[in-house]
Amino acid sequence: MGKKLNIEMLSIKNLHVSIEGKDILKGINLDVKPGEVHAIMGPNGAGKSTLASVLAGRDLFNVTEGEVNFQGKDLLDMEPEDRAKEGIFLGFQYPIEIPGVSTVNFMKTAVNEHRKYKGLDPLSASDFLKLMREKKSLVEIDSKLTNRSVNEGFSGGEKKKNEIFQMAMLEPKLAVLDETDSGLDIDALRVVANGVNKLKTRDNATIVITHYQRLLDYIVPDVVHVLYDGRIVKTAGKELALELEEKGYDWIKEENGK
Amino acid sequence: MAKEEQDKILNEVTESEYKYGFVTDIENDDIGKGLNEDVIRMISAKKKEPKFMLDFRLKAYRHWKTMKMPEWAYLDIPEIDYQDIIYYSAPKQKAKLESMDDVDPEIRATFDKLGIPLDEQKILANVAVDVVMDSSSVKTTFKEALAEKGIIFCSFSEAVQDHPDLIQEYMGTVVPIQDNFYAALNSAVFSDGSFVYIPKGVRCPMELSTYFRINAENTGQFERTLIVCEEESYVSYLEGCTAPMRDENQLHAAIVEIIVKDNAEVKYSTVQNWYPGDKNGKGGIYNFVTKRGICEGVNSKLMWAQVETGSAVTWKYPSTILKGDGSSSEFYSVAVTNNHQQADTGTKMIHIGNNTKSTIISKGISAGKSNNSYRGLVKVAKNCEGARNFSQCDSLLLGDKCGAHTFPYLEIGNQTAKVEHEATTSKIGEDQIFYCNQRGINTEDAIGLIVNGYAKEVINKMPMEFAVEAQKLLQISLEGSVG
Ligand SMILES: Nc1ncnc2c1ncn2[C@@H]1O[C@H](COP(=O)(O)OP(=O)(O)O)[C@@H](O)[C@H]1O
Ligand SMILES: [Mg+2]
Repeated sequence: MGKKLNIEMLSIKNLHVSIEGKDILKGINLDVKPGEVHAIMGPNGAGKSTLASVLAGRDLFNVTEGEVNFQGKDLLDMEPEDRAKEGIFLGFQYPIEIPGVSTVNFMKTAVNEHRKYKGLDPLSASDFLKLMREKKSLVEIDSKLTNRSVNEGFSGGEKKKNEIFQMAMLEPKLAVLDETDSGLDIDALRVVANGVNKLKTRDNATIVITHYQRLLDYIVPDVVHVLYDGRIVKTAGKELALELEEKGYDWIKEENGK
Repeated sequence: MAKEEQDKILNEVTESEYKYGFVTDIENDDIGKGLNEDVIRMISAKKKEPKFMLDFRLKAYRHWKTMKMPEWAYLDIPEIDYQDIIYYSAPKQKAKLESMDDVDPEIRATFDKLGIPLDEQKILANVAVDVVMDSSSVKTTFKEALAEKGIIFCSFSEAVQDHPDLIQEYMGTVVPIQDNFYAALNSAVFSDGSFVYIPKGVRCPMELSTYFRINAENTGQFERTLIVCEEESYVSYLEGCTAPMRDENQLHAAIVEIIVKDNAEVKYSTVQNWYPGDKNGKGGIYNFVTKRGICEGVNSKLMWAQVETGSAVTWKYPSTILKGDGSSSEFYSVAVTNNHQQADTGTKMIHIGNNTKSTIISKGISAGKSNNSYRGLVKVAKNCEGARNFSQCDSLLLGDKCGAHTFPYLEIGNQTAKVEHEATTSKIGEDQIFYCNQRGINTEDAIGLIVNGYAKEVINKMPMEFAVEAQKLLQISLEGSVG
């Protein structure tokens, strides 16, 4: 093992994934270092959400080949909840509703599970509420939302804001945000992007999955990848996003023979 | 009574000297198996009952002989041989275990998960304790505190001796002996139970029976409870226990009767966690219960709140007769079935008085290969003006081998009635569980969260100290049912 490997936070090598016998990811390679922001773009059905789900440990998908290393550990060998506690956060493209479970209770359980994993005592009720207040103002989420059941009856934009709020609460090492921008009006987009930017440090990294360049006006990526038909077919600096915005995905499709 | 005061009394009693008399002088005097008039006479004689009790029992027995086991419920019950059951055994002291190490590890694990204090665990598990908690004197101390307010709270047998006039006046008035097969059987052979009397204008200062669960060992298989609330009085009564209960008696047939007079209010909460049988459906309690209250007086109120997780078979429909004008009743229920459990439960709301109101919130949760049915009747009498009912029956399925069924019946005899019914069936989604996993919550805790969220409306109606245990209980009952 060379020195170089150790500075990667996330290292995906030749990842192949299938569902119900259908190949979806066909050899993904991706390295992410602490402090970096990566954008993954690509047309619908390319496999972006699949990649995010596999990183988070959704067992619906079969990993048929390849490996994923996260902070020196074999990620694919871990239960989803342990991946979360190791520092992986997935901002869902379609956040799930959990009726009757208050966001406060949900987050308290989650935060304390993370603390337990780190060998810390659970937060007292008052410390927890303090933390909630702090993070709520950081991501500009209304108490009206956090007082309700998790995502129940939330609008699309409210659900996305709630994802960013949860991310703020859990302080992940690596956040994978799956189309957190889709369905947002410009205000909500700004709120979400601000949240992400404020939470950025030298030690954590973000993978922003998006369809549009729009979000990248607010969150400036270090690297942009194009995922197409289960492969990363292009990797470049942030100017690639602009090119995609201008030319669409057709030229990518042509270059890749379809 | 304030919590501190309760603790103080409990301390006083537990710290008092060991009383030898507590365990020794109870001899084992079972009557043999089978049921006939002689057996009933013998039961009555052993309990030194007045003649009216014997007559009541005999009448019930004679009627029971003409009845058949009901078959309408959505239950698959094996043939029960009623002559193969022992109908009377004096309260006997089970052999004490030496230490907690002798207790079934599975039960011990459950105690721990429920967070039941060690001393209480020992009593529940029948382990000998160093400081013997003399349960009868705990009872006496509490009884004195209640007696100051004129409240009677005692065993049914004691009430028959000490308050025969009250028993004679009210027993069988809400659940008559001919009501149903199991009610008739209970009326003929009932062993013991509780009696509560709250005088006019008195608010009972504590949850009745929460502290008494520690000595609920010998409630017996044919339990009978009678609660009478005079005008403007209030009581919150709690039955059962979250701790797992085992019993050699497979058949349980209880009766609960509640009488609520003008402007009085009763809350009756139940947590039922009888042994449900093993994972293959072997063993387990059959629980056939008749619970009924009458809101006799104007503006009287009766609330049922129950969390049912135990028993192999449950047949139970706590019901309210809304007789007084403006009276109201609420029914909040969570019934969990797992493995091979079967439950057919629900309620009946009988509207007779004008402007009577009822609310039904039923939450069924099925897992494993279990079957969970809701059966409810809302009946509005012909002369009842302005009745209102709201019913909501939700079913939650875990996995695809279990069943949920809803049988709502409406008999509306008056056009002014307003009746609403809502029903939903949902599944715990893999995606909900994964969402929790992704936030660092493991699958078992995720199910606990989701199920408790689903049952929240009901849990919130339980008395505080039980709500917490009930939440844990829900989670424990569903362990291993997904994933
Ligand atoms: N649960 C699933 N069952 C079957 N096919 C799926 C499932 N999830 C995704 N797919 C398929 O995998 C491919 C990639 O989907 P996805 O990762 O959601 O793409 P993207 O997020 O890039 O739009 C699509 O062809 C989609 O139909
Ligand atoms: Mg997607």
